[in-house]
Amino acid sequence: MKPAPFEYHCPRTVDEGTALLAEYGDDAKVLAGGQSLVPLMNMRLARPANLIDINRIESLAYIRDDGRTLRIGALTRQRATERAPQVSERCPLLRDALRLVGHAQIRNRGTIGGSIAHADPAAELTAILVALDGEVTARGPKGTRVIAARDLFVSYLTTSLDPRELLTEVCFPALPAGAGWSWMEIARRHGEFALAGVGVVLAARGGTIATARIGLTGVGPTPVRPAEAERLLAGRSPSEDLWKGAAEAVRAAVTPDGDIHASAEYRTHVAGVLTQRALREAWERVREAA
Amino acid sequence: MPLRRITLRVNGTTYTGEAEPRKTLADFIREDCGLTGTHLGCEHGVCGACTILMDGQTVRSCLMFAVQAEGAELTTVEGLADGDRLHPIQQAYWDHHALQCGFCTPGFLMTTVEFLNDNPQPTEREIREGLAGNLCRCTGYQNIVKAVAAAASTLAAASGARRETRTAAPSRATDVMAAPRKTDGTPAASQRPRHSGKTAKRRSGPKR
Repeated sequence: MKPAPFEYHCPRTVDEGTALLAEYGDDAKVLAGGQSLVPLMNMRLARPANLIDINRIESLAYIRDDGRTLRIGALTRQRATERAPQVSERCPLLRDALRLVGHAQIRNRGTIGGSIAHADPAAELTAILVALDGEVTARGPKGTRVIAARDLFVSYLTTSLDPRELLTEVCFPALPAGAGWSWMEIARRHGEFALAGVGVVLAARGGTIATARIGLTGVGPTPVRPAEAERLLAGRSPSEDLWKGAAEAVRAAVTPDGDIHASAEYRTHVAGVLTQRALREAWERVREAA
Repeated sequence: MPLRRITLRVNGTTYTGEAEPRKTLADFIREDCGLTGTHLGCEHGVCGACTILMDGQTVRSCLMFAVQAEGAELTTVEGLADGDRLHPIQQAYWDHHALQCGFCTPGFLMTTVEFLNDNPQPTEREIREGLAGNLCRCTGYQNIVKAVAAAASTLAAASGARRETRTAAPSRATDVMAAPRKTDGTPAASQRPRHSGKTAKRRSGPKR
């Protein structure tokens, strides 16, 4: 057997799930798609005494469009999300990034909530949630609470979720009408973790940029929202010089670690290059939509 | 650890076994169902050798516990051929020398089944991206890419021919390509004969 022994729990409802978490929280892990947790368990880097498998809580798999926000149930598979017409229509940035999350075999199991709760700083979804000012809903012994993305990601693989809370929903605000978007990342192989990645949304007013949103992945212990770069872009007319300036502001905002895949210097450099390309593509989409 | 009773269907046959919750689906398929065509390489979701279809979709069977597949409909590499007749995808791999040691091949084949189901006329780039979740250390991938392209043509021609002649009985190939059948885990009346690893065809030497 690869993983260490554990007690297996299979709740059918959110209430059952939260009751189990209330009982075992500190010594339990929630199993959703398992595409990050099970490798850790197979390598015995994770050895939870209790495994709470939420895959049979069918009420947690849905995508709802309430006009301003896509509300996605925590158990919704990444593959189902990338193929959902509402996602293409309301938040194509999410669709484009999802296509680069692992491989089809991974996304068939991997869930939206699982990726967010795992909080891998190289994950695409965390950067998008932060860039869009999204939020998540969690249920625990003290009731239901909504956590803004900026308050959710604390550090490497660490969120502000309580061990007794179950993430139930992830909300991605829809892109503004006429906005341009782009997701860019560099990976050694299609589907690998990005060495660096960036998501951009540009909303336009006339020929100028009204607001810019930028989220980066793979370049720090949490997803990075480069506030200075966004400020620099707001209200300005697009130009190659402007993209270059934003790229410099992004390089100043990121703090990547080096590893066997890429040095910190390379990741910093690439974060800027990708930002420039993403801004260019996003603005092209603004013009196409106009 | 108490054992759990697990019932699932593999290639149309119902299997029931008892396993600890920590037993991976891959180990259950190999050890409890006796279907050793599904291979285990890395056992942490990187190499793709253990790829199977669960309810019609590819999954890494090393990243699931068997208990999670209770009631599921699985297809493994043993479910591709129709008796002695290879599945068109298997035939294309053979024809194009898309394997050497063959260890990764079951995973590649199952990935190819879903990939061509989703994208029947892929470009070379799409094929390479579609196969990126499977590792092969022998071939350098060139011949695998050729095989998948050839299989796409064969399957397209076959489905075109079927449309023209309106053949009522689908071949085994289309059976695998068809939408998944959801089951409630109870044995179906119309079980196909059990495939076991031992009945696998032995062929001496390459065809042609």
